[in-house]
Amino acid sequence: MELICPAGTPSSFREAVEAGADAVYCGFRDETNARNFPGLNFELSELREAIGYARARNVKTFVALNTFMTAGKEDLWYRRAHEATDAGAHALIVADFGLMAHVAERLPQQRLHISVQASASNPDALSYLVENFNAQRVVLPRTLTISDIARISRRVGCELEVFVFGGLCVMAEGRCSLSSYATGKSPNMNGVCSPASHVRYRQAGSDMMSELGSFTINRFSANEPTGYPTLCKGRFEIAESKTYAFEDPVSLDVMDQLDELRAAGVKALKVEGRQRGKAYISEVVSTLRATLNAAAPERAALMSRLKALSEGQQTTHGAYEKRWR
Amino acid sequence: MTSSLKLTLGPLLYLWSTARWRDFYFQIADEAPVDVVVVGETVCSKRLHFMESEFAAVVERLEAAGKEVRLSTLALVTLDREASYQRSLVDDDTRLVEANDLSALQMLKGRSHAIGPFVNVYNGAAAKVLARNGAREICLPPELPAASVAEITKSCPGIGFELFAFGRIPLAISARCAHARSKGRTKDNCQFVCQEDPDGLLVNTLSGQPFLALNGVQTVSHSCQALLDEPGETLSLGIRSLRLSPQNCDMSAVARVYRDLLDSSIGSEQAAFRLRDIHPDLPLSNGFHHGRAGAEWIARLRNAEGLAR
Repeated sequence: MELICPAGTPSSFREAVEAGADAVYCGFRDETNARNFPGLNFELSELREAIGYARARNVKTFVALNTFMTAGKEDLWYRRAHEATDAGAHALIVADFGLMAHVAERLPQQRLHISVQASASNPDALSYLVENFNAQRVVLPRTLTISDIARISRRVGCELEVFVFGGLCVMAEGRCSLSSYATGKSPNMNGVCSPASHVRYRQAGSDMMSELGSFTINRFSANEPTGYPTLCKGRFEIAESKTYAFEDPVSLDVMDQLDELRAAGVKALKVEGRQRGKAYISEVVSTLRATLNAAAPERAALMSRLKALSEGQQTTHGAYEKRWR
Repeated sequence: MTSSLKLTLGPLLYLWSTARWRDFYFQIADEAPVDVVVVGETVCSKRLHFMESEFAAVVERLEAAGKEVRLSTLALVTLDREASYQRSLVDDDTRLVEANDLSALQMLKGRSHAIGPFVNVYNGAAAKVLARNGAREICLPPELPAASVAEITKSCPGIGFELFAFGRIPLAISARCAHARSKGRTKDNCQFVCQEDPDGLLVNTLSGQPFLALNGVQTVSHSCQALLDEPGETLSLGIRSLRLSPQNCDMSAVARVYRDLLDSSIGSEQAAFRLRDIHPDLPLSNGFHHGRAGAEWIARLRNAEGLAR
């Protein structure tokens, strides 16, 4: 199985390559990708250079064009698709039907990967994407169990990629407007979720409140660490009980299920985290590479190296395990 | 003046008891001035059996009353039995089926169909792809700003476009059931606790501010989206119909408000006033339409208009 690693900056990109990624994914510095954060992503010249650097080391580059095109401004997405192709990207990761059609018609030689944002969660959906756009690979949403994935894999004619490590969307990706309901900015339209521009921390007595837009997302007592107010990881009040209504502040880790994922027919393992710094990328990618190369009994010890990076944070198998539902 | 704009009653997104579900649609058939009614479970396949026994009677009653009935499909399909259910709906070739997931697009290929608000259509290029597959009516995603709506309709004159004009806004769907979890259960042993909350279960912030509502695996807004443009404005956006999404209130009365608005017998302000009277618990919002946070309510700038005149 291939290891697909994130890069938010040229230096993280090189770290990911050096640390053993089979492919690195990244995006342009604009709203054409779903990690449109200040200070992140690549100018065209930086992308060209990164692709060359990776190619010389036999590593692939996937370019994420995984937001939905703004009506009337489609040319920006089309131009980025052509630029990435000309720069030598091995694949484009696309979420929008209109962009998929454009790539299939105008760039038929370019490998097309379907972003998790397209929300293809069953064999019929994947067949639609393969037949209409010649999709070569689909990144599956984090709504499926491993046995669901095995069932899909037996029935479709494309490669499957799944998330194994990093941030966890609780909601079906590409179908969530929670962020824009509170801030006006959404993953689908703007490439951001719970954007920092709309975050405020406010002291309330000895408590710290975190707010997104005009809504309180969490309230921390003095002895609790203050977390970032990602909307679906917030604490809310339902019928007088105060609780993490959707998900605790956990991250995904299914590296202990490698054999099951391989048996399910998964072709590639994806790591979330383009917003992460290069030290994190280096540590995570090298550890995942070592774990992937190791025999099953040795994997847990290798993965325990990453505990320090997620200090105090729990990990979950998420939807891969049925009882998470 | 009667405008050419139509009203569509969207699928009931919540779980109501079988009898209540049937009576709701019987009343719609008898009283509500809507042209199209979309019927069928959209949120959770575990609920399907609740409407099974009355489904044919409801469809018959609606059609006898002159409504066009469309069949809704599931917004999130992961299981084989969910795919089989979709296929059984598609086999009914006498009614327009509304696709809410990519799987339905595959099953409906080459046949006339409608697209529900759960399929991502953010631009004309995407709408054209769907039209080539057989889509002839598209309800646009609720988060789409009016500026995008105008661009899309302009570039696809052959498609009938609809806006999500009334109802709590569907914001997210998950494999996990937050509704069941909030009542100490999981999705697999939920015992249909979502039936206890016919308008969804309120989620307050820790500051006590109403924010969202849980509807099984779906999360909806606390506020009720209310697009109350004058008919001329809606027509100039290239829209052919408005969707009213059922809430736990007198939906026939809601439909009459929108009909009066579209017929220009009342204005936006009076429409908002009447909607607040029909469902006093739900604040109105229209922020998405204005490219703002969805929760916001942007009042019409009467004074500015007055100055312009």
